[in-house]
Amino acid sequence: MIPAPFDYAAPGSLEEAFSLLEQHGDEAKILAGGHSLIPMMKLRFASPEFLIDINNIPGLSHIKEEDGYLKIGALTREAELETSEVIRAKYPIFLDATKLIADPQVRNMGTVGGNIAHGDAANDHPAVMMALRAEVVISSAEGQRTVPIDEFFYGFYMTAVQPNEILTEIRIPVPGPRTGNAYHKLERKVGDYATAGVAVQLSLDENGVCTYAGIGLTNVNPVPMRAARSEEALVGHKLDAERIELAGQYASEDCNPSSDLRGDEDYKRAVVKALTKRMINKAIERATS
Amino acid sequence: MKNDSKERSPEKKKQGVSRRAFLRGAGMTTAGTVALASGMLSFKAAEPAPPKTAVLGPGETEVRFVVNGQQRTLWIEPRTTLADALREHLHLTGTKVVCDRGSCSACTVWLDGKPVNSCMTLAVDVEGGEVTTVEGLAKNGELHPVQEAFIEHDASMCGYCTPGMVMSCAGLLERNPNPTLDDVKLATSGNLCRCGTYPKVFDATLAAAKKMKK
Repeated sequence: MIPAPFDYAAPGSLEEAFSLLEQHGDEAKILAGGHSLIPMMKLRFASPEFLIDINNIPGLSHIKEEDGYLKIGALTREAELETSEVIRAKYPIFLDATKLIADPQVRNMGTVGGNIAHGDAANDHPAVMMALRAEVVISSAEGQRTVPIDEFFYGFYMTAVQPNEILTEIRIPVPGPRTGNAYHKLERKVGDYATAGVAVQLSLDENGVCTYAGIGLTNVNPVPMRAARSEEALVGHKLDAERIELAGQYASEDCNPSSDLRGDEDYKRAVVKALTKRMINKAIERATS
Repeated sequence: MKNDSKERSPEKKKQGVSRRAFLRGAGMTTAGTVALASGMLSFKAAEPAPPKTAVLGPGETEVRFVVNGQQRTLWIEPRTTLADALREHLHLTGTKVVCDRGSCSACTVWLDGKPVNSCMTLAVDVEGGEVTTVEGLAKNGELHPVQEAFIEHDASMCGYCTPGMVMSCAGLLERNPNPTLDDVKLATSGNLCRCGTYPKVFDATLAAAKKMKK
């Protein structure tokens, strides 16, 4: 399979990239890791006339805590999350997620920004970012704007990133004490998209009452989905088995999975329930250890 | 048939500007494929105009990278993958293309020391990089310990996944000279083998690790 022909440029700065975007509009696509885009181009699901390779642009690859945020540059490779010390120390949810994203070869090229900007509800970072209530930094010639993750996904492969813009960073509020997070997805084999996936972040006060709950779901809705009713069921309560059961039940009722080769609708709802409960328990365990 | 002999064609050289040449900051105004970057007209007058970025393709363009320690120059279209550049242009057919969409890892090579799927990487994106293929593992006529161990442990059947499998396993030992069985399983988790040689692949890799320490 060979992609359709295209023009290619690898600008050395964001300004150059913006001027290319302005020139080529929606005929242009951004190439980061390329591991979602290039297969789509081979299968002719995408035939951009112009590829703007952002891999030579400095300043887009970092993982750092700053100004109350964990900042992840858009060009950060998945494999870099796996080895980052700040991630290992404080954000185990990314270790959970990263080891389930495709396979080691893909993780050496695939980027965090690309995983989100692709706008695919089957990707894993969107649900994780929902659980963490991340903000997406989008840049253009006019400057920067920040979009909450809940307002980022418009539809299938459609996001808040406009044709003249580039996703440049993801910002995650640094969680307070007694916070735990976890992610898991059911996959048929390594590298498969999720049958269903659940990301959870919880904060507890000194008495064990839940003060924050973020729950994101992977691949059980046309767009990445927040399990809002499940979150509400947890916040303000001590998280006993009954509460956790209720949150799992709500998530399974509120998601919209479609039947496919990975399972029928009922099965996927059951998976969502089981994973939601499991990830809540794991997040509690991490919050209290 | 295209190959890197074209690098000696002066005619071809005039057609494009390599990214590397551009990055060197050459004042490239003569090339036919310079972006005119009309968008910069909308920038505020006080800001300096962004430097022009070379636009390559859709026809053949010059791409240079190191393969198995040798500097290579190719004339290829931007849509050419690294896998096709290696196999069709450099005739390094040890790298296998099986699924051609990043699901099977048969096409695994090292890019700057890390295992990647060459079928999902554009060769033009590798400009200035360093690629190692299965042909580059043997040194001075001696097989890499992982290759030797694959033979000793009979770790291939049909053999189609083997080059990618070897690159994953040898890549693991580069990063981690003391792997556990789980490390080997993780390193090869993307490499599909339909013959089911995994147990022997694991044995071979652990044996090679032991041998390399001696």
